[in-house]
Amino acid sequence: MANTAIAAGATARPLKYGSMSRDRRWALRWSYFFLVLFAIFFLMPPIYMLITSLKTSAEISAATNPWWIYNPTLENYIELLTQNHYLTFFRNSAIVSVCVVAVTMVISVIAAFALARMKFWGSATLATGVFLTYLIPETLLFIPLFKMFAWVNETFGIQLMNHWWTLIILYPTLTVPFCTWIMIGYFASIPKELDEAALIDGATWTQTLTKIFIPVALPGIIAATIFAFTVSWAQFLYPLAFTTSATELVLPVGIITTLIKGDVFNWGQIMTGALLGAAPPLVIYAFLMDYYIAGLTAGATKG
Amino acid sequence: MAQVTLRKIVKKYDEVLAVRGIDLDIVDKEFLVLVGPSGCGKSTTLRMIAGLEEISGGDIEIGGHVVNDVPPKDRDIAMVFQNYALYPHMNVYENMSFGLKLKKTPKDEIDRRVKQAAGILDITELLDRKPKQLSGGQRQRVAMGRAIVRDPKVFLFDEPLSNLDAKLRVQMRTEIKKVHQKVRTTTVYVTHDQIEAMTLADRVVVMNAGLIEQVGTPNDLYHSPATKFVAGFIGSPAMNFIPCQLEQAAGALSVRLSDKLSFPVPSDRTARYASHAGKANLVLGLRPEHIAETRPHTEANQHDFDMMIDVDEPMGMETLIYFTIGGADVCGRVNPNAGAMSGKAMKLRADLSNMHLIDDSTGKVL
Amino acid sequence: MADIAARSPTVSMGDNRSSLHKLMQRKSTIAFLMALPLILLVLILVAYPAGYAVYLATLNKGMTRFVGFGNFEFLFGRETFWMVVYQSCLFAITAVIFKAIIGFVVAHFVHNIPSKGQRKWRGMLLVPWVIPPAMSTLAWLWLFDPSYSAINWILAHFGIAGIPWTGETDWARFSVILVNVWIGSPFFMIMYLAALKSVPEQLYEAASIDGATWWQRIWFVTLPMMRNIIAITALFSLIVTFANFDIVRVLTAGGPLNSTHIFGTWAFRVGIEGGDIPLGAAVSLFMVPILAVAATFILRDITKRGSEV
Repeated sequence: MANTAIAAGATARPLKYGSMSRDRRWALRWSYFFLVLFAIFFLMPPIYMLITSLKTSAEISAATNPWWIYNPTLENYIELLTQNHYLTFFRNSAIVSVCVVAVTMVISVIAAFALARMKFWGSATLATGVFLTYLIPETLLFIPLFKMFAWVNETFGIQLMNHWWTLIILYPTLTVPFCTWIMIGYFASIPKELDEAALIDGATWTQTLTKIFIPVALPGIIAATIFAFTVSWAQFLYPLAFTTSATELVLPVGIITTLIKGDVFNWGQIMTGALLGAAPPLVIYAFLMDYYIAGLTAGATKG
Repeated sequence: MAQVTLRKIVKKYDEVLAVRGIDLDIVDKEFLVLVGPSGCGKSTTLRMIAGLEEISGGDIEIGGHVVNDVPPKDRDIAMVFQNYALYPHMNVYENMSFGLKLKKTPKDEIDRRVKQAAGILDITELLDRKPKQLSGGQRQRVAMGRAIVRDPKVFLFDEPLSNLDAKLRVQMRTEIKKVHQKVRTTTVYVTHDQIEAMTLADRVVVMNAGLIEQVGTPNDLYHSPATKFVAGFIGSPAMNFIPCQLEQAAGALSVRLSDKLSFPVPSDRTARYASHAGKANLVLGLRPEHIAETRPHTEANQHDFDMMIDVDEPMGMETLIYFTIGGADVCGRVNPNAGAMSGKAMKLRADLSNMHLIDDSTGKVL
Repeated sequence: MADIAARSPTVSMGDNRSSLHKLMQRKSTIAFLMALPLILLVLILVAYPAGYAVYLATLNKGMTRFVGFGNFEFLFGRETFWMVVYQSCLFAITAVIFKAIIGFVVAHFVHNIPSKGQRKWRGMLLVPWVIPPAMSTLAWLWLFDPSYSAINWILAHFGIAGIPWTGETDWARFSVILVNVWIGSPFFMIMYLAALKSVPEQLYEAASIDGATWWQRIWFVTLPMMRNIIAITALFSLIVTFANFDIVRVLTAGGPLNSTHIFGTWAFRVGIEGGDIPLGAAVSLFMVPILAVAATFILRDITKRGSEV
């Protein structure tokens, strides 16, 4: 290439550069073009949710242009937020998710510290086992769990079925293995000398964990917290299988079972409910995007 | 009193012996350097003194008390790590005071000691910075400050300079020596760099393969190494080892290096070497500075010889020359104006008053 | 090691040794206790149910009698079961392939644009992954609505007749895959983008000097460098997609005529809604083989990487 340019003489050279940058400019234009296309595809459903949520039922059933709002209204929001059921779902979801996050982080941070730093018999096997557990899906477990809960009720007289707090027991099976796994990764990346320095400084294991490891691995802890929250907020199968009364439902199941009455779909309210239900994870994502993404990629790149 | 005593210290990793029975007395206020190639057990020894490694056998005493089972924090030691191990989320002040805070030292006492240590190390204006904002040399100072603040019986340094660039390393070396002169705390310092060992130490311990080769002052080790390993490890460029024979003829001893080359043994060594005459596997050890260009004035034990120079390396203040005798590479240090040139013959002078005779089968210097 | 020594203190080397061993034993005991909640959780709520499912699958409907492979024999004789097997495989494999391709392409486009704007685009394109699947599938359900479909409305402007998105077998199968791809490809995009960023720029420069075209650069530099991450992301996704529940349940509930049921949703239909717990357990167990294969590959990759460190 360089040879031909020189052979062609001085006039050819600027032309060559010009075509190079023109190529790059076109590549850039195509990139933007396709990115816009994909963005439309990826953002269409949530935008349509928003559009529908601002329409009156009359407008929805009038079969006008579905992508345009002729009479914007907040009536769906007002109705939903003054309706007791929806607020109950929201509250249940919030309590369950916050509790699950707390339980998850306590269990997994402590266990990850023990597995990453205080080797004991079988700790390596356990670390692998934890990861394996993460790969077992809830679709495989809900039926035996269903039966186990029935057995608990028969044996101890504790009714686990149809209570929102049962979900606090169940969700950690989905969050703890992965959070432990990524925390092991984060803790393992802390240099060994740091805990030796703490040991010489006179820190106990607990102090090393709370005063050194947790602050140093804070980004990882935030990422794991976000993961635990989004998983418990979005979980659908367990609440569908284990809760039925309207007062015990969490958001995803609540919207689907109470807003869809037989064949009657109140789409304005359903979309409003779904959008509000999607809001907490979206807000967290908007503010903590980098941590969110760190948690996503940590699973496969760490370890 | 803060002397440290090691008695028959052994360290086993599974079935591998990393340290194979070490006896060592470290005197109060002494600066002792453990030096040796990587894997010689020097770091393990230091970590056993710190209490970071369990000892597999023997006893460690600090200040007259056996500390085998004492956890690191109660041994009254402070350690400076190779990568400094500063807590990244704490500023310099918090890094230095962390240990004292855990010991529940009163606030004003902590403040006084941190300020004092910062003064000694000249880092007062860095106290509210985070480690990330510091240069390598500054981190090094903070790591030392963290040790000084605790006012321990013993300082332990684990290759503290090996992460710094060459220029800074020399500077920090002087710094460490100055600090030791100020605080006068018993210090055990581990390094693989023999120059660092020589320049810093009151006494140097040369270790090899889990054992102590020799303990002595830097000059002792340089001028009277006990083993071939020490002779070769201390000094740069390293001592020349030339296979030789010890010949006895008419009551006079001489070392024969090749068919053509043979030097008489200095008269004050004759008695010491006489019994080894005729032995196989003997090696002559001669430092490069004892092979120089010839000069008009000859002193006792100096002998001239002609040699073909293979390579010359001008260093400025001197020129290093390389040639071979009987298959062994030999280095000499000549005056830059002596006209040494690769591929040319040159008249050299060997000074045998500082020669060493080594039995290669035992590795001992005779 | 420490445990064994501690259990036989009489053979320890000396008096001063045994107390040290006690200390060591204490440390490993503390560590074990710290990991105990995790161990209990995994044993009681994951390992035990997984084993229990196998036992349940060998019982009759009333769970009173051991029927051995009876449930499995019954399943093998049913046409619906084979349809579920076919649909599960079709769903998982097609969806993973499209997610991987779209993820790779989009990651490339994001990587191509100036790094200033990348954050913004990446943030926008990950939105489908962030919305809880049950909620976003509701939006799709509304977009696919038989009478008010907003997509059909657009298509009508191009003269394309209304598509029965969830009403006809083939279209319904297409729709569940489409929604799954929509939710899952942003995850691939993020993983590939991270991998793309880790390919050293010099390699591309060297390839350019060697005269490689952009296509050759992708084929000979990018893909080999990303092979590991592509494989592990695809395996992860295969497991998750195979075990999917939310999308199919909300979008088609298995219909029309059970044609979009996958193992998870059918097990729910049979086991919980149909009240035949053993049969539901038997259905869900059919996920195990493919999960085991994928997990083995992932685990091998992880232990390999572990030993490299």
